[in-house]
Amino acid sequence: MGRWQHYYRPRTVQEVLEILAHYRGQARVVAGGTDLFVELLEKPPAFEALVDVTAIPELRTIYQEGDWIVVGAAVTHTEIVRSALIRQRGTALAEGCSVIGGPQVRNVATLGGNVVNALPAADGTVALLALDGEGQVARANGSAWHPLLDLFRGPGQSAVDPTRELLTALRFRATGPREASAFGRVMRPQGVALPILVAAATVRLNGAGTHIEEARVSLGPVAPTPFRAQRAEAVLRGAPPDAAVFRQAAEVTLQACSPRTSRYRATREYRVEMIRTLLPRVLETAVARARGETWASPRFEVADKYSSFGCWLGG
Amino acid sequence: MPLLNMTVNGRPVSVEVAGDEFLAHVLRYTLGLTGTKIGCEEAECGACTVLVNGQPVDSCIFPALKAQGAEVLTIEGLAQNGELHPLQRAFVEYGAVQCGFCTPGFIMTAKALLDRSPQPTEEEIKSALKDTYCRCGCYLEIIDAIKVASGQSPTLTCSDGRLPRSPKALRVVGNPVPRPDAVAKVTGQAKYTDDYAFPNMLYGATLRAAYPHARIKHIDTSRARALPGVHAVLTHEDIPGDKHHGLIFNDWPVLCYDKVRYVGDAVAIVAAETPQLARQALELIEVEYEPLPVVTDPEQALAPDAPKVHQQGNLLKHIKVRKGDVAQGFAEADVIVEAEYRTPMYEHAFLEPECSIARVAEDGKIEVIVGSQIPYEDRRQIAKSLGVPEEQVRVKGAFVGGGFGGKEDIAAQIHAALLATATGRPVKVLYSRQESLRVHPKRHATVIRVKVGAKRDGRLVAVQVHILGDAGAYASLSDKVMTRAATHAAGPYEVPHVKVDCYTVYTNNPPAGAFRGFGVTQSAFAVESTMDILAHRLGMDPVELRRRNALRTGSTTSTGQVLRESVGLLECLDKVAAHIRRELRVEPDGAWWRPFPNPADPARVRAWGLAACYKNTGLGGGAPDRGGAEVEVLPDGRAVVRTAAAEIGQGLPAVLAIVVAEELGIPYQHVEVALPNTDVTPDGGPTTASRQTYINGNAARMAARRVRDILAWAACEELGASQDELEFREGFVHARGKRLPLGEVARLAREGGRQPLARAVFEAPPTAPLGREGDMHVGFSFGVQAVLVEVDTRTGEVVVLKAVSAHDIGRAINVLGLLGQIRGGIIMGIGNALTEEYPVEGGLPYCTTLSRYKMPSIRHTPEIVSYLVEDELSSGPYGAKGVGEIASIPTAAAVANAVYHAVGVRIHKTPVDQDWLLRTLKAKSA
Ligand SMILES: Cc1cc2nc3c(=O)[nH]c(=O)nc-3n(C[C@H](O)[C@H](O)[C@H](O)COP(=O)(O)OP(=O)(O)OC[C@H]3O[C@@H](n4cnc5c(N)ncnc54)[C@H](O)[C@@H]3O)c2cc1C
Ligand code: FES
Ligand code: FES
Repeated sequence: MGRWQHYYRPRTVQEVLEILAHYRGQARVVAGGTDLFVELLEKPPAFEALVDVTAIPELRTIYQEGDWIVVGAAVTHTEIVRSALIRQRGTALAEGCSVIGGPQVRNVATLGGNVVNALPAADGTVALLALDGEGQVARANGSAWHPLLDLFRGPGQSAVDPTRELLTALRFRATGPREASAFGRVMRPQGVALPILVAAATVRLNGAGTHIEEARVSLGPVAPTPFRAQRAEAVLRGAPPDAAVFRQAAEVTLQACSPRTSRYRATREYRVEMIRTLLPRVLETAVARARGETWASPRFEVADKYSSFGCWLGG
Repeated sequence: MPLLNMTVNGRPVSVEVAGDEFLAHVLRYTLGLTGTKIGCEEAECGACTVLVNGQPVDSCIFPALKAQGAEVLTIEGLAQNGELHPLQRAFVEYGAVQCGFCTPGFIMTAKALLDRSPQPTEEEIKSALKDTYCRCGCYLEIIDAIKVASGQSPTLTCSDGRLPRSPKALRVVGNPVPRPDAVAKVTGQAKYTDDYAFPNMLYGATLRAAYPHARIKHIDTSRARALPGVHAVLTHEDIPGDKHHGLIFNDWPVLCYDKVRYVGDAVAIVAAETPQLARQALELIEVEYEPLPVVTDPEQALAPDAPKVHQQGNLLKHIKVRKGDVAQGFAEADVIVEAEYRTPMYEHAFLEPECSIARVAEDGKIEVIVGSQIPYEDRRQIAKSLGVPEEQVRVKGAFVGGGFGGKEDIAAQIHAALLATATGRPVKVLYSRQESLRVHPKRHATVIRVKVGAKRDGRLVAVQVHILGDAGAYASLSDKVMTRAATHAAGPYEVPHVKVDCYTVYTNNPPAGAFRGFGVTQSAFAVESTMDILAHRLGMDPVELRRRNALRTGSTTSTGQVLRESVGLLECLDKVAAHIRRELRVEPDGAWWRPFPNPADPARVRAWGLAACYKNTGLGGGAPDRGGAEVEVLPDGRAVVRTAAAEIGQGLPAVLAIVVAEELGIPYQHVEVALPNTDVTPDGGPTTASRQTYINGNAARMAARRVRDILAWAACEELGASQDELEFREGFVHARGKRLPLGEVARLAREGGRQPLARAVFEAPPTAPLGREGDMHVGFSFGVQAVLVEVDTRTGEVVVLKAVSAHDIGRAINVLGLLGQIRGGIIMGIGNALTEEYPVEGGLPYCTTLSRYKMPSIRHTPEIVSYLVEDELSSGPYGAKGVGEIASIPTAAAVANAVYHAVGVRIHKTPVDQDWLLRTLKAKSA
């Protein structure tokens, strides 16, 4: 039809790299296409061929390797949400992926695509960031793991160049005893399905449950790239898991990031208010999960409810 | 081209596909499986859902070659050996089908759900269908259908486990019956315009304006013409007849010549061998523009030095409603309330984008297939621009995937006809969703100032309203729409002194035209919000305030019409109020509007809010309002109804079939309803103004009675009985213990020299134009809706949890269709209140893709309880009035009033902005 000439479905990473090399920047990696094809409605493609990476078996698997849970870059959101391993030991990621689109989108859209698309508020990406995720990039000269944060250059700009290299896998350390993660977001019913705010957190409590031993907090969109709230993490580390501390975590986060007004989506003021509302809520949920409190167990079947707090409290 | 091997509906398929082709295209255009619909091509709507290896996917963005070796299941593969799948059966029976365009996508998504979870909970159903959209709003019916198909009980049943019927039900009239076209729609057999193809067909494309306002200095099409595979490139110079179209004012260029006035304007059209080639040719057309200053704010457009959109100035019309003397009224008032409201443009987002196919037919006529709301008007406008007599043009209807007013204006009908005559080949012009968003007229954005004066006891003494409506670049139906906004602006109340000034103004925004509610949606939001402010000020129950002023038999409307009958407003108010009180367990005089917390989470506050409204049935205002129908009884005893009245999802075929079945005494299933064809079916007039049940229901009834007379004449002799001894029942004519099958009687009639066929034209009682003595309308429907909202005081989010409605529709003809209209209307009203908005800045729309325009999904669908009030209108068929529009008119005000009750913040602008609401709440509590 003329937009691009060829559609390849190779079975190995090596083949992908060869096709990309052959086209010298004129071929591009595609997975579910839910970002790429929609983008192409408004601007003509700058490539001649697409290289579909969803038929490569190693990119389609979820497995545990030591402490790590490894998720192939072409694993779909549906597969992530259905994975008992991820639900239990990377709960925030399952939650984050469960709110992306509807089943038709989640059945084809991938975590790799979500990461390489590099939007600061991508749900799967922000969730993975709170799990201290890493990404594996395959290039002509070899393959290497990178901290997730190193993969972002700016809004919509990935460090992975999908015309020359590919993301092959993502991984994070499985949460252990007294450790849990949680995810939340606030949407707007009008306009694009981009969140006004997404937040995720992982916390580990001490044996008595009186203090937070370790915390990781991520947010978006509050900066040009997905954001790790390191100041909040510092506040939380060693502190008692209570409301005052969670509030303080939100306040220090506000000092460290710069939420913006985006037309038709949210004012800066509102985003600031949502950081104060959502972040403590996500932390509270993660802590409750770390303690095994049942009210906080994730409810995937209602995760995509329109009211932001509906997912935790029911009704 | 590479070969794609896959299994489709159990059969191996091997086809050549292009590298950039998507599965939806291969299924539809290569394999002819047109049951899979395309509504957006951006993974937003779900209409294209098919199962690939058992999983639902959006086939519009699923690369065809990715299906290599896969098993694909489409809607056509669901029924086995002619037996409908349980889902298909339940969708038919439970009214889960209206226009039907979304239906295949829903059924396929639901199928995948049931495969995984054989008895899904309501939550699971909603989660699975969350990104599959139904603009007709059949969500509750769809949930019921899925429950029934999975062996669970549906929500919509009476105590006897059956679907509700009217207490006044006759043999067929007043019962819940499935639509006659439902089976075709659930099996994917129903053909919408894009589902047709002709040998040798070319594809059209349209070059749109590059600026919202610019002078065209030069158009050069030579490079486009030179592109191989391009068969025609036309500009305004190639229009043999009238260079304009327009439903009231002939102001809209078929192809622009001197200026472009909005970004959807057409400058040139192309016909080529493929859609891609046609689009490529557009890029080769060179247009030299001189950009002009853009005017986008109607208020500014009225300034004397504003840039002129049209030569004659920007004021399209000043509409005045005058009754009594408002100055005197306000002087008598104890309380005066004033408020200003703003409503944005809204987009119809009918799921089926516009499509027209034109060809020179075998009989030499120019035939245009189009899913339009006004087939005969299309014919007039096409003929006028082609410069041929109307009889030279034939407009054939197809199934229509929703219209809601957005398919009344000309889209590509004339373009397709021009291209077909220029090339001598059939030409299809299909708009993409993105083009549809850019081009067709929207709902008028308005600024409305209301001033209401009342006595201390709540009696209204004066209402003054100022309305500014943005007509956009062309008149479309602005005149009529804004007239309706103005005449209904004082609400369904008897007010002695009324003054309304409504200005509708040209700008460089997309044009505004008809949209379900026709202007009343906007003015009802304003007046019904103000009524609640007034009630609050007076310390009165909002229901009581409305009761005191409600129109009743004998009342005089704002336009001076005395209502002699069929005014069921009080009953509607009482039914809804009683329901809320029962739910809340408050005393009859208790305060039902008090907020209360969500028991599980007190930061989420709930409250009820309510609004009332009325809406005319029929064109009124002095316009002749008629429609014709033809009924024929076939030799097998079945009957056919023919009318060019367009069915756009609202359920007209069921109404016509019911009426004819009732009159001829035959089973409902024995009546077939033909699609419009201007050569064969009589003019049914436009599908607008909630008029089709009233007008064509009457026409079909009259025609059926005439046929019955003919049959009676033929049966008398054979049965040896007199006419009044005959009884038409169960497909037979009975008399004196004998009976004859209807088909047999039809044969006898034919043999006796009379065709068992009759035409009738129903002409509505005459009406008077605004400002003249006499009735402006033949009748009005009334409605009251209440909603229970929940406001999250931490985020400002607003959710509608429940809705209760009561509508006086005169008489229920098809209870299932009626409830579908009402519930779908409420859901659309929730869209107006909470989710939808079509912002335009500097003439440039923000909603360039469907992903930027959110219509309500199943997630926004509340529990709905609907009461029917049957206060008959004597000129209506069995007493019926219209329902299509009134169902969505009061919802936004009810939501706004409920939000006020919940958190004390008055909404002056739709849709509710949670960002603003939260900031306002914070400011209030600070
Ligand atoms: C209706 C709808 C709703 C959506 N809702 C949400 C939402 O709520 N939250 C959200 O975060 N997103 C949402 N999205 C966006 C999208 O679905 C996700 O970002 C998805 O994860 C993208 O994955 P994909 O496989 O479809 O990516 P693709 O479109 O295939 O690719 C995206 C980008 O990544 C590149 N790429 C993909 N895979 C690789 C790889 N392995 N290596 C290198 N480059 C690669 C591509 O070249 C492209 O640039 C929505 C999309 C739609 C259509
Ligand atoms: S989702 Fe495919 S057509 Fe809309
Ligand atoms: S029936 Fe669902 S869109 Fe019309």
